[in-house]
Amino acid sequence: MEHFLELVTKPDNVPIVAIVLLLPLFTWLAFSQGRRNDRAGTPAEAALNDKVYCWPYLCRNEFLCAIIIMLVLGIWSITIDAPLEEPSDPTKTPNPSKAPWYFLALQEMLVYFDPWIAGVVLPGLIIAGLIAIPYIDINPRGKGYYTLKERPFALITFCFGFFVLWIVLMVVGTFLRGPGWNFFAPWKEWDPHKVVPLTNVNLSYLFGIRNEQPAGIFGLCAVAGYFALGPIYYFLKRGTSKFLQELGLVRYIVVSFLLLTMMALPIKMILRWTLNIKYIWVSPWFNI
Amino acid sequence: MNERRNGLKEKITNNPIWQSMFRHGYEKTGRRYTLQVLQNVWLHLHPPRVTRHAINFRFTWCMGGITFLMFLVTAVTGVLLMFYYRPTAEYAFRDIQYLEFDIPFGMLLRNMHRWAAHGMVIAVMLHMFRVFLTGSYKKPREFNWGVGVILLLVTFFLSFTGYLLPWDQLAFWAVTVGTNMARATPVLGHEGPFHPQDIVTQSNDVRFALLGGTIVGPSTLLRFYILHCVAVPLLASVLMALHFWRVRKDGGISGPL
Ligand code: HEM
Repeated sequence: MEHFLELVTKPDNVPIVAIVLLLPLFTWLAFSQGRRNDRAGTPAEAALNDKVYCWPYLCRNEFLCAIIIMLVLGIWSITIDAPLEEPSDPTKTPNPSKAPWYFLALQEMLVYFDPWIAGVVLPGLIIAGLIAIPYIDINPRGKGYYTLKERPFALITFCFGFFVLWIVLMVVGTFLRGPGWNFFAPWKEWDPHKVVPLTNVNLSYLFGIRNEQPAGIFGLCAVAGYFALGPIYYFLKRGTSKFLQELGLVRYIVVSFLLLTMMALPIKMILRWTLNIKYIWVSPWFNI
Repeated sequence: MNERRNGLKEKITNNPIWQSMFRHGYEKTGRRYTLQVLQNVWLHLHPPRVTRHAINFRFTWCMGGITFLMFLVTAVTGVLLMFYYRPTAEYAFRDIQYLEFDIPFGMLLRNMHRWAAHGMVIAVMLHMFRVFLTGSYKKPREFNWGVGVILLLVTFFLSFTGYLLPWDQLAFWAVTVGTNMARATPVLGHEGPFHPQDIVTQSNDVRFALLGGTIVGPSTLLRFYILHCVAVPLLASVLMALHFWRVRKDGGISGPL
């Protein structure tokens, strides 16, 4: 418990505490507005479509907002001091060593994937995927107002990525990881000597494949099958639907690839927790 | 009530002292309001008029603006900090200590810089969240969303490069952990898959380029200092100018119509 409290009150972790408090507030704001808009049929934003002068109406709000935020920042800066630890010493590695809080979801991914995936490929795909969003979301509705009903798929996908894969992982990485990057529940003491037995096995092993080469081929098939089978099956079944026709083949492939890549993280997490899976695919060059 | 107010106004303004200071009254006309933003270098980013829903706090949460405000605060406090800080392994840590203990308001200055930086990260996350929830990335704003994503990265990188500068244990190890992943870059990192053996090594891969060495050291400090104080802020400013310009060219804040 004491470590948990220490982490929560650490000055550098104040932003996470702030986010954990702010996000529900803003999510509630947005979703309640969306619900109201959906019920009313026409969004409330449409009723306010007359023009007002920026000066004074917008500028007034901006100044007001700036004053309030500067007050908050001022109080924050007076009451909480920025941390300064001992001078840096390359020979004294703290345990655990943590990246800054906004990178802790990435560091948390390192538990489940090798660094080249968790640290390079997945972040790259996150960026590419985010930039791609406007080009692959062809739903013309829900532009410029809050709504839930008119774009359920986009909202669920984004919120899953945003809340579960980013915020939750960040919170876990910051508050619940102790020495050796082991998981410690808030009420647990940190035990620096905690040893977690390494019983993890590769997926091929579970299927009784012990030799290197067949295991590699098995892994390749598993990964390729994961990315191909679902989309192909769905395409064969629903390929002629109006929605898929409008989406087009290229967009369909990009959407399903990004979606499956995103889901690979929670899937691998669950495989690790339940079956102690280490790798899906072991090859001479890399492991997934 | 109105009469009383007008009477009071008359008393305040209709005398030689007031009139000697202010040459003319303030007319409340559309022309006046328009000129107010058009003729002011700081306000001219605004269009003369916007739709009413766009000035509603409940719509934008003001988060883009807050992000920008936090950026401005870090720019101002950052310049002040630069007067006291030398980016060398000998001095960096001591300069921060000196700043905290001996310089009037030095601690406050450092706090404001650090918390504004964290505030900027929080605000930019919430801004992105809002833009997604209102579907504001849809045509014609696709490109500006992309600019935004790059700005998100730039914000992280600004914060991350600054994290090293106090040169204490926290800074050193956070940056060591953060940059370690670069080793594993495919092809370009010396532990990444498909890197050409004997060609890409510990002392010439991407991590080396970032750190200026094989571990975080004095040259990393200098590199991060220059990135943090010059290169990345410049990049961020250019991208923000583009971002704001596009908000206007794409038709102002998005709305249902
Ligand atoms: C340094 C970071 C950023 C700054 C200073 C910034 C600033 C702003 C400002 C002042 C606005 C006007 C409306 C508002 O305040 O909400 C705006 C709009 C917008 N921003 Fe950002 N932004 C940043 C990052 C981002 C990011 C990360 C994204 C998305 C990934 C993004 C996408 C957009 C879009 C699409 C609009 C138009 C919204 C609309 O028309 O409703 N921006 N930005």
